[in-house]
Amino acid sequence: MSVKKFIVGSFDDEKVLFPAVKKVRKAGYKLHDVYTPFPIHGLDTAMGLRDTSLHTAGFIYGITGTTTALTFMGWVFTKDWPLNIGGKPHFPLPAFIPITFELTVLFSAVGMVLTFCYLCQLAPFVKKHHFSLRATDDQFVMVLEVNKRTNEEDAKAFLAAAGAKDINVQEAEDGWWLGRYDKEDILVKG
Amino acid sequence: MSALRYESQVRSPLVTGEKTYHQVTEDIVRPIEGAPTRLWKIGLTISVLLLCFGAYSVYREVVYGIGEWNLNKTIGWGWDITNFVWWVGIGHAGTLISAILLLFRQGWRTGVNRAAEAMTIFAVMCAGQFPIFHMGRVWMAFFVMPYPNTRGPLWVNFNSPLLWDVFAISTYFTVSLLFWYCGLLPDLATVRDRAKEKWRKRLYGNLAFGWTGSTKHWQRHEALSLVLAGLSTPLVLSVHTIVSFDFATSVIPGWHTTIFPPYFVAGAIFSGFAMVQTLLIITRKVLNLEDYITMEHIEVMNKVIVLTGSIVGIAYITELFISWYGQNPYEMAAFKNRYDLSTPYAWSYYLMMSCNVIAPQFFWFRKLRRNLLFTFFMSIIVNVGMWFERFVIIVTSIYRDYIPSSWSTYYAPTIWEVGFYLGTFGLFFTCFFLFAKFFPVIAIAEIKHILKKNGESYKEAMDKEENESVEQFVHENAHH
Repeated sequence: MSVKKFIVGSFDDEKVLFPAVKKVRKAGYKLHDVYTPFPIHGLDTAMGLRDTSLHTAGFIYGITGTTTALTFMGWVFTKDWPLNIGGKPHFPLPAFIPITFELTVLFSAVGMVLTFCYLCQLAPFVKKHHFSLRATDDQFVMVLEVNKRTNEEDAKAFLAAAGAKDINVQEAEDGWWLGRYDKEDILVKG
Repeated sequence: MSALRYESQVRSPLVTGEKTYHQVTEDIVRPIEGAPTRLWKIGLTISVLLLCFGAYSVYREVVYGIGEWNLNKTIGWGWDITNFVWWVGIGHAGTLISAILLLFRQGWRTGVNRAAEAMTIFAVMCAGQFPIFHMGRVWMAFFVMPYPNTRGPLWVNFNSPLLWDVFAISTYFTVSLLFWYCGLLPDLATVRDRAKEKWRKRLYGNLAFGWTGSTKHWQRHEALSLVLAGLSTPLVLSVHTIVSFDFATSVIPGWHTTIFPPYFVAGAIFSGFAMVQTLLIITRKVLNLEDYITMEHIEVMNKVIVLTGSIVGIAYITELFISWYGQNPYEMAAFKNRYDLSTPYAWSYYLMMSCNVIAPQFFWFRKLRRNLLFTFFMSIIVNVGMWFERFVIIVTSIYRDYIPSSWSTYYAPTIWEVGFYLGTFGLFFTCFFLFAKFFPVIAIAEIKHILKKNGESYKEAMDKEENESVEQFVHENAHH
C-alpha cells in the first residue's frame, strides 16, 4: 500500500496487446498489471502470472464440509441423543448422504467466494484507483510501474511503438481504501 | 477451408449486427441509465399489488392458522406444496443454463444466463415461502435448524427427507446467489465506470466491490466460475432429487416410486425453460436486446423443451405401466384415480397430459420453434401443465386414503390459498422488474468474450476464407 508512479497505455485490440505484453517484459519494464473488460485467455501466461490455487482451496473447503456433516450427524445420533428408530442403525450412512453432499457444496462454494474476495480485495465500500474508466468498457489498459531505473520518456515511446494509445503518467495508490465512488479522494499530495 | 471454423456452419451467429465492444456496453447498459418506461411502471405496480394481496393472505394464515386453507382430513398438502415444487422446478433452468451449459461449452448460454440465474434466485425465494408458512406456527420456523437447544438438546431428524429439503433448498439458494453475484461484479463495474449521476456512482461503486478488471482477478474469476459451475451441476440435480424424495420415500401409493428423481429433474428443467422463454421474449422486446437474445437462442431453448417434455411423457407412461405390471391393488387404485374419467380429478390428469406431453410435440417443426408468438403461448401452456403435474401427484394420490368414509370431500382451495400463490407471483415479478431496471440483464463481459468468435462480423470474415481454395489460402496466410 503505497503511492507509486505509473505509466498507462490503452490498447484497442487484444491482438495488439499480446505482442506488446511480450515486448514490454522482454525490454525489462516492470509490468504492474493489464486491466481488461473481459477475461482474455492466455494473457495471464503471457504476463508470467502463476496459475491460481483457488481450486485447491475449494477442494479443502469441500472436504471440510463433508467431514463436518458426517461427524456432526454421527455424534448426534450415536453419542448425544441416540434414538432407537425401530431398531435401525444409529449411523445410517445412506440416509446421511444428501445432507453431507449439500454441506460439501455449501462449504466449498462459500469458502471459495470468500477466498476469492479476500485475494482480489473485493468488498462493499472498498475503493481502488482506476487507471482508465474504459478498462471496463472497450479498452485493454496496460500499466507499467515507474522505478528508479525507468526513463519515463523512453517508456512512453516504447508503449507507443507497441501500439498503445492515450499514454499518460499517473501517480496513484496501488492498494485499496474505504471510500465512495461519488467523491474524489485526495490520496496523492500535489 | 471449413476446418478453420470455430463452430460448424449450421450455427447462426450468437450476436447479430455489426458490434464493437463499446456498442455491446451501450446496448446492454442503456436501459439501466434511462428513465423507467410506462410499461415498466405499470408492470411493477401490478406486481407490488399482487405481492400485497399475497402478504395479506399469509397474514390471515398466520393469525387464524392453516384452517384458512381448505386442507382437509386426507389432503394435508394441497396447493402450498404443489406451488413449492412448481417454483423450485422453475428455478432449475437457470442453473442448468449457467452451470451445466458452461461445462458443456455451449456458447449460446452467454446471451441468456444472467436473466435465467436471476429467475432461479427469485423462484427459489418464492418456493421457500410455502414450506415455511405451511408449518403453521411460523415463528417456530427456526426449529428446523440443528442448533444446541434447551429442549434436550433435541436434534432434528437427519433421516427425514423434509430435513434434507431444508438443507438442499438453502444450499441451492446460497450457491446460486453467490454464483450470480460473482458473475455480476465485472458488469456492475462497467455500469459504475459509465455513471454520470452521483447516486449511481455511489450505488454501483458499492455494488461492484471495487472491481478493476485486473488480469490476475480475471484469472481467479474464471477459476471460480468453473468450480462453482462444477459444484452447481450436481447440486441442481440433487435439489430436485431431494424434493422428489419427499414423495418417493413415503409409502403412499402413487408417491412410492423409484422413477421420481430423474422424472422430477427432467420436469423441473422443462418448466424452467418455459419460464425463461416467457420472461425473455418480453425482456428482449422491451429492452431492445434482439441482437443478443436472437431467434437462435429461442429455438435452442425450444429444442430443450421438446426433449425434456418427451422425457416427462415417457415417465408418465412408465408410471402407468409399472402400476399395472406391479399388480399392487393399492398402486393400481391410485392410478385409476388419475386416469379414470369418472373420478373427480381426472380432468387434471388429462390437462397435465395434454399440456406437458402432447403440446410440446409441436416443437418438432422448425417453423413453430422460430415463431415468437407460438413460443410464448407454449411457454405458458407448459407451466400450466407442470403445475398440474404436481397437483395430480399430490392431490390425486391422497384424496382417497385407506378409509373410504373420508373419500367424499372434494378439495378445492380457498381464496387465501390462491392469494398466497398469487402473492409469490407478485414477489417474483417485483424482483424481476427491479432486476431488469437496475442490473445488466445480459452478461456484458461474457458477450464481449464470445463476440469475436461468434459474432456476425466474425462469421462474415470467416466466410471469405472458407470459400477460398487451399492454395489461395496458403498463398495469402502462410508465413514463409
